[in-house]
Amino acid sequence: MFSFEPWVNLPLIWAILIATAVFLYVWLDGFDLGVGILFPFAPSDQCRDRMMNSIAPFWDGNETWLVLGGGGLFAAFPLAYAVLMPALYVPVILMLLGLIFRGVAFEFRFKAHGHSRRIWDYSFHFGSLVAAFMQGMILGGFIQGITVDGRSFAGGPLDWLSEFSVMTGIALVFGYCLLGTTWLVMKTDEITQAWARKTASYVLIFVAFFMVMVTITMPFLDEEVRELWFGMPSFFYLLPIPLVAIGLFALLWRDLHHGREYRPFVLSLGIFFTAYLGFGITLWPWMVPYEITFTQAAAAPESQSLLLVGALILLPIILAYTAYSYYLFRGKTSHESTY
Amino acid sequence: MLHHHHVEKKSDIYLKFRRQSFLNTGIIGKTELTCLCKIIMFDLDPVLLARIQFAFTISFHIIFPAFTIGLASWLAVVEWRWLRTGQVVYQQLYKFWIKIFAVTFGMGVVSGVVMSYQFGTNWSVFSDQVGNIIGPLLGYEVLTAFFLEATFLGIMLFGWDRVSRRMHFTSTVVVAIGTLISAFWILSANSWMQTPQGFTIGADDLLYPTNWMAIIFNPSFPYRLAHMVTAAYLTTAFVIGGIGAYYLWRQRYQACARIMLGMALLLAVFLTPLQIIIGDMHGMNTFEHQPVKVAAIEGIWDTQQGAPLTLFALPNTQTESNDYAIAIPKLASLILTHELNGEIKGLKEWPQDERPPVGTVFWSFRIMVGIGFLMLLTAVIGAILYFRKTLFTSRRFHLWCMAMTPSGFVAVLAGWFVTEVGRQPYVAYGIIRTAEAVSPVVDESIALSLLAFVLVYLFIFGAGTYYILHLIAKGPDILQPDQAEETYGAHGVETPPLAASLTTESGEK
Repeated sequence: MFSFEPWVNLPLIWAILIATAVFLYVWLDGFDLGVGILFPFAPSDQCRDRMMNSIAPFWDGNETWLVLGGGGLFAAFPLAYAVLMPALYVPVILMLLGLIFRGVAFEFRFKAHGHSRRIWDYSFHFGSLVAAFMQGMILGGFIQGITVDGRSFAGGPLDWLSEFSVMTGIALVFGYCLLGTTWLVMKTDEITQAWARKTASYVLIFVAFFMVMVTITMPFLDEEVRELWFGMPSFFYLLPIPLVAIGLFALLWRDLHHGREYRPFVLSLGIFFTAYLGFGITLWPWMVPYEITFTQAAAAPESQSLLLVGALILLPIILAYTAYSYYLFRGKTSHESTY
Repeated sequence: MLHHHHVEKKSDIYLKFRRQSFLNTGIIGKTELTCLCKIIMFDLDPVLLARIQFAFTISFHIIFPAFTIGLASWLAVVEWRWLRTGQVVYQQLYKFWIKIFAVTFGMGVVSGVVMSYQFGTNWSVFSDQVGNIIGPLLGYEVLTAFFLEATFLGIMLFGWDRVSRRMHFTSTVVVAIGTLISAFWILSANSWMQTPQGFTIGADDLLYPTNWMAIIFNPSFPYRLAHMVTAAYLTTAFVIGGIGAYYLWRQRYQACARIMLGMALLLAVFLTPLQIIIGDMHGMNTFEHQPVKVAAIEGIWDTQQGAPLTLFALPNTQTESNDYAIAIPKLASLILTHELNGEIKGLKEWPQDERPPVGTVFWSFRIMVGIGFLMLLTAVIGAILYFRKTLFTSRRFHLWCMAMTPSGFVAVLAGWFVTEVGRQPYVAYGIIRTAEAVSPVVDESIALSLLAFVLVYLFIFGAGTYYILHLIAKGPDILQPDQAEETYGAHGVETPPLAASLTTESGEK
C-alpha cells in the first residue's frame, strides 16, 4: 500500500485542494447562478435568450465543481462530510432542489413555447435564487459553528438558521449577481450589455454594503476571531486583504462607468477572492468549526494518497479542456437557438 | 434522544388539531384517526424514511444513465457513419437524437448532483465508517468522468460552427467514453458494498484500505459492470427500436426509422443472448458470495439438493414457505451449481434478522428475467422477419416493438431492486447494517424532504418526459441532400456581429 505520508503533509494538501475546488465552484457557477437570478429583470425575451446562451455550454461543467466539492470532501475528509451534511441537511436539500429547477430549465426552455416557456423562465430564476441563497446560508451556518458529539452532529435541525446566516445568504445572492452582470458585460453587447452594466453598478453597492456587514459581524461571533482580525500584530498582517478589496471595488466602479468590457469580470472575481481568503483565514484550521480540524477529519493517508495521484494528473487536464471550452465559445453570444 | 420527546409533544398537538378538523366532517372515527396519523407522519422510523428517500432519488437517477450510456455510444456510431458516408439520413438521425440526449442528460445531471450529497445527508455514519474506501472511488468518478462528459457535451451541443467535423465527432466519442468511465467507478463502489474486501477494521471501528486492486476489482465487480453496461445498451436499443417502429407504423420518416429499428435489432440480436449469459454468471457469483440473496431470489426456504426453480409463488415470511408455488423440479440447482442435485442453502440457514425482504427480491428478479426473455424473443422474431424481408413492413411486429420501448428501464430498475434489497439488512454486506448507518437527522426533516423530492421529481421529470414525447411526435427535421454540408454548422451560427446587433436588438425596444 503506497502512501505519501512520510514525505508530505497530506491533510494540508487536501485542505488546499478542496478549498480551491470550492472556490472554483463559487466563481464558475457563481456567474451562471447570478445570470439566473437576474433573468426576469432583463429588458426583453431576446435578452433572456442571449443570457441563457452565454452560459449554456458551461453550466454543466461549472456545476461539476460542486460535485467535486462534495465527492472530494467525502473522499479526503469523510468525518467532516459525515458531520456537515446532517448538520446542514435542510439548506443542502433545498439547494439541490433549486439546482434541479434551474438545471432542467436550460433544456426545457427552448423546447417550450408560449406560457409554458414562462414556467421555465421562473424555474430558472427561482431555482438559481434558492440555490444561491442556500449556499450563503450554508456558509453562514458553517461560520457560526457546528455542535458535535463524538463523531457525529449533535445539534438541532434548524441550528444553521440565524440572522447571521440570513445575512450571508443575501450577501451571496448579491455577490453572484455581481459575477453574473459582469459576465454579461463581457459576453453580450447592445441593450443586454447596457442593462447588465447599469445593474452591475447597483449590485456593486449592495455587495460592498454586505461585505462590510459580514466583516463587522464575524468578529463578534467568536473571541478568537476578534483577536485575529483586531489584535496586534495580526491586524497589520491582515490589513492588506481589506485594502485590496477596497481598491478592487473602486477600480470596478470606475470600469463600469468607463465602458470596459472584460476587466469588470476579472475584478469582481478578485473581490470574491479577497472575501474567500478572509473566510479562509478566519476559519483556519477548522474543517468543522469549531470542533474538528482538517487534520482530525482527514481520511486514511492511503486513501488521500490514492486520490492525490489522480488529482495531480487529472486536475491539470480538466483545467486545460475547461479552458479550451471557454476559448472555443469566446466572444459575444447570439440569441439564436443553438442546436 | 432529546428530540424524541420533542417529537411526541408536537405529534400530540398535531393529532389534536387534525382530530378536530376531521371529526367535524364525521367521516372518520377517533381511533382510526389516531392510528392513521401515527402511521403517516410520526411512527415511520427514520431508517425506513432514509431508505425510501435514497431508493426514490437513486431509482429516478438510474433511469437517465441507463439510457444515456447507450445513447451516447449510438450517437458516436451515427456520427461516424455520417462522416464516412456523407448520407443525409445519418445527419438527420444525429440532429434528432441529440435533442433527446440533451434533455435526458440534463435530467441525469441534476438528479446525479443530488446523489453526491445523499450519502452524507442520509447515511452519515456509513460515510464516516467507509469513507476511506468508497470516497476515493467516487472521487475518481468525478475526476475521470463527470468533467469530461460535462465539458464535451457543451461542445457536442453548441460547438457545431466552432469546431471541425472531426473535432465534433471526437467530442461525441469523448462523451460516450465518459459515460462508460463513470459506470466503471460507480459500479466498482457499489460492488464493493456487495462483496467487500481489501480492508481492515481499525480500533476506532473505521475501515482502512489494505489493497486497492482488491477493493476496486472486488469479486462481483466485473460481472456487475458487464451486466449493467449491457443492460444500458439494450435499454437504449429498445427505445430507439421502439421509436423507429412507431415511425414505420405511422409510415413517417421511413429512411430514419429503418436505420433505427434495424440497428436496434442488430444490437439486440447479439446482446440479449450475451446478457442472459452474463446474468447467469453474475448469479453464480452472487451464489458464491451472497448465498442468502440467491435464496431470496429463488424463494428457497429449506436447504436442499436438487432445488426446483420456482416460477410463481407468494413467499410467506410468517410460515417461512411459499404459497401457490409453481416450480420446475431441480432446475434452480442445475442453473446455479450446474448439477442436477447441487445443494442450495435455504433462507432458514440464516437467522431472521440476517435475511433480506424475500418478496421484493423474489418478484423483482422474475420481472427482470421475464423482460430479458421477452427481449430475446423480440430479437429472434426480428431476425426471422429480416431474413424474410418483412421486418420493415410487418405492422404487428412494429406494434410489439413499440410496446417493448420502456422494457429496458423496467428491467434495469427491477435488477437494481434485486441486488440492493437483496443485500439488506446490510449497507456494506456483512460489515455495516443499514439501521446503524443512518444520519442523526430528525424524522420530520427526512419526511418533508422526501415529500419535496417526490413532488419536484414528478413535476420536473414529468415535464421532461412530455418534452421528449413531443420531440418524438415532431420527428427528425427533413434536410435536403445539398444542405448537408452547409447545415452541419448552420444551426446556431452567429450572424455577422454588425448585422445581428442591428436587426435583432433594435427591434425589441
